[in-house]
Amino acid sequence: MSKELVTLGRVVIRFAGDSGDGMQLTGDQFTNATAIFGNDLVTLPDFPAEIRAPQGTLPGVSAFQLHFADHDITTAGDSPTVLVAMNPAALKANLHEMPEGADLIINTDEFTKRNLDKVGYANNPLEDGSLEKYRVHEVALTSLTVEALKDFDLTRKEAERSKNMFALGLLSWLYSRPMETPKSFLATKFAKKPEILAANLKALEAGWSFGETTEVFSVHYEVKPAPARAGEYRNISGNLALSYGLIAGAQSAGLPLYLGSYPITPASDILHELSKHKNFGVRTFQAEDEIAAIGAAIGAAYGGSLAVTTTSGPGVALKSEAIGLAVSLELPLVVIDIQRGGPSTGLPTKTEQADLLQAMFGRNGEAPVPIVAPRSPAHCFDAAIEACRIAVKYRTPVFLLSDGYLANGSEPWLLPDVASLPKIEPNFLEAPNHELNGVDVLWPFKRDDETLARPWIRPGTPGLEHRIGGIEKANNTGAISYDPANHDLMTRLRQAKVDGISDDVEPMFVDDPNGDSDILVLGWGSTFGPIGAAVEISRRNGIKVAQAHLSTLNPFPANTGEVLKRYKKVIVPEMNLGQLNMLIRAKFLVDTIGFNKVRGLPFKATELVDVIKDVAAHV
Amino acid sequence: MSDSFASLKLVPKSEVTQSAKDFKSDQEVRWCPGCGDYAILAGVQSFLPELGVKKENIVFVSGIGCSSRFPYYMNTYGLHSIHGRAPAIASGLATSREDLSVWVITGDGDALSIGGNHLIHALRRNVNLKILLFNNRIYGLTKGQYSPTSEMGKITKSTPMGSLDHPFNPISVAIGAEASFVARTIDSDRKHLVEVLRQAAAHEGTALVEIYQNCNIFNDGAWEPLKDSDTADDLLIRLMHGEPITFGKEATHGVVRESDGSLRVAAASEVGSDAFIVHDAHVEDPSYAFALSRLSHPETLANTPIGVFRDVNRPVYDRQMSDQVAHAKETRGPGDLAALIRGKDTWTVS
Ligand code: SF4
Repeated sequence: MSKELVTLGRVVIRFAGDSGDGMQLTGDQFTNATAIFGNDLVTLPDFPAEIRAPQGTLPGVSAFQLHFADHDITTAGDSPTVLVAMNPAALKANLHEMPEGADLIINTDEFTKRNLDKVGYANNPLEDGSLEKYRVHEVALTSLTVEALKDFDLTRKEAERSKNMFALGLLSWLYSRPMETPKSFLATKFAKKPEILAANLKALEAGWSFGETTEVFSVHYEVKPAPARAGEYRNISGNLALSYGLIAGAQSAGLPLYLGSYPITPASDILHELSKHKNFGVRTFQAEDEIAAIGAAIGAAYGGSLAVTTTSGPGVALKSEAIGLAVSLELPLVVIDIQRGGPSTGLPTKTEQADLLQAMFGRNGEAPVPIVAPRSPAHCFDAAIEACRIAVKYRTPVFLLSDGYLANGSEPWLLPDVASLPKIEPNFLEAPNHELNGVDVLWPFKRDDETLARPWIRPGTPGLEHRIGGIEKANNTGAISYDPANHDLMTRLRQAKVDGISDDVEPMFVDDPNGDSDILVLGWGSTFGPIGAAVEISRRNGIKVAQAHLSTLNPFPANTGEVLKRYKKVIVPEMNLGQLNMLIRAKFLVDTIGFNKVRGLPFKATELVDVIKDVAAHV
Repeated sequence: MSDSFASLKLVPKSEVTQSAKDFKSDQEVRWCPGCGDYAILAGVQSFLPELGVKKENIVFVSGIGCSSRFPYYMNTYGLHSIHGRAPAIASGLATSREDLSVWVITGDGDALSIGGNHLIHALRRNVNLKILLFNNRIYGLTKGQYSPTSEMGKITKSTPMGSLDHPFNPISVAIGAEASFVARTIDSDRKHLVEVLRQAAAHEGTALVEIYQNCNIFNDGAWEPLKDSDTADDLLIRLMHGEPITFGKEATHGVVRESDGSLRVAAASEVGSDAFIVHDAHVEDPSYAFALSRLSHPETLANTPIGVFRDVNRPVYDRQMSDQVAHAKETRGPGDLAALIRGKDTWTVS
């Protein structure tokens, strides 16, 4: 029996359920199948900070949104076209974002009086007509799963656990996704538990067959693969790409990678990932606190490792003094901040880009630190290598500012050729570098004429024994110095060294197809996707608008000032209250227009379209 | 020579015979005249040649405080870091470079107050570090506030009516933190200092050496009763592995074990000298060394043990870390970056 197949250009699905329902896993698997099928895609996981909030409550709702299309896309989709709601809480928490006419696939089994009461539904929304504007598909997901597994030696509770696989099977049928991907995933995951594997496979298939046979769905869909550059692809999340980028950076430099880290959301996955790859010579040190984590990294950097510390905003606050030490010692160090909502504990699982000024200025004294920021999950790979490159070449700590959205979101990635990754040269000093009155001596702070970087000297190198610390050092000799003129000189040298990097980084990305736009939308970090989408839509609406994006925020790339001056209006959307905006205004004296939201969620393209429209009306 | 230092087996041996002079840097030493730090510096410099390792493979890491200036005066590699963090920084260095002999120089404020967390975790992990804790019971560099080892009621700049803080006993703290090697010595007793350093250097893992150090500017004479030949013998309990624990000029006193397992000081005339226990630094159960550390009185300094309290073998963190790396390479082969980033699920667009 085959049903009508309708071809769609794009779909936005949101899977929503209780934190214990396995929605992230279901979403991940659907995404993998979609990626392998060849659609372009962007994902947005959205989970609560609580590991297991009370079952069936609004705070316990965990969601996963996937946007996939037959063309190039850059956002996770403004509003879902399909909602899979595993219980009343999931329906209630997400319904307000569903446009009229959207499909709602609802697990009716959970719509009991008790569960409805828990979330404050006086009447059952499935019965009171409040869902009339939507296309509701009622599916008894739990009982259908239990029924499908009745021949297995499982308790009802155990059988119920496979309902997410039933849902995955159903959705796979509905959107014509290949089933091999989830099947091989299950085979690996439950390799040691054949009974559980069989049950999950059965639930998956039962979901698919249910779709084929039921009256609940009259049509199913396909979304054709998106045209893409030739090559080999995989789907990748930001934190995974970042971890791989660090391993690649260390390999390019021929150095062992050393990570000092303390667990913190949403950065811990990098610690988990790197700790799996000891065969690459990676050493991971889970320290007693954030300060010890960076302390160990500084020790390793002093010893000649490519040293990294990973954290989120609260951890950066604790590391500030140590970052200052690395600035003063002029040692290579990569500090990774996966930004989340703040201040204080803030919104641990939600995204924000409000640590820019902390990275820029959050230290005592004049302590400039270069800042790089990836613009998409896959770009985290390149950004990590770039951070390593700058750190090693300039002997300086470097901030990498990612965020919760990039960390957990994913997209297809055209695999790079590892042979053509940038080479990083550690150039350790092996012998005295200065001649003084006919004698060869070591000057630990003698600088490279071009980069102003000092030599990197590994303990164990004979004849180069020396002592340095956080006390101000005399330029060249590195001896303790309280001399006023020397401190002034060293402060300016450290600043000039960082400023000089502006010519050594990629120019700011500018997209202005005809070069005749009046309006520029300038962003940094994860807002790249939504800004790009909004600019596209605005152009279709007849507005001449350009996009620019910064991947290096300190120093700004050399072309930044010149680009900004080309436009009558510059809009700076940020998920903070105007931090880049402040820096741009201060540095370039451009009368920028900020657009700022801190909702813990990425921008919607439509809200940016409205802003562009407003500004265009006044050009 | 260095064969006796098991902890240094991965550190390259020196091909030349070294002397104390080789370890003196060209920096002018800037502690106050009369400071106990001078004696410790001279003691360390005189001892290091014994290690027999290349001096470029020795690193001194310090925090902040008077004692933390120590690395500048050593002609080795040296890193003067930030307040309290030296054990963390040294842990990163030692766990990434097993060919180095890493020493931490710290003080009572640096190690026990602002850096307390790092100290206890370094001791717990048992990284191959030698931590020398200069205890002068005062903040010197900030000009004389009470420290976490100052006696209660101490009048200082920040406690004009007397300090309310109950002091730490660093040895008890270290043993409580599961340290594998814990010892105490005194700045002015060169022979004892060097003997303790020798044992600390030989120990595989973290060694904590508390050194009673005189700050003649802000807390002069804090340890004087332990140094004054009139009183020292009656106050100091010199711990020697394998020897009965006795003290007093004529060994009139000693340490006995009570029926409940606790330790107490007793007179030979009361219990008979056969009742004195024989010191065993290798006892696994830390409660023995802990009980020894509790014998001393923080104010009168009566019954103060010095020497090695505890010296036990425990897996060494950096060695195990290297073993894991080696094992991963052996079982999975050296990392293949292209294969790693490719992962399992890829697709090709042509
Ligand atoms: S203040 Fe005290 S501890 Fe510091 S150098 Fe002077 S005497 Fe030594």
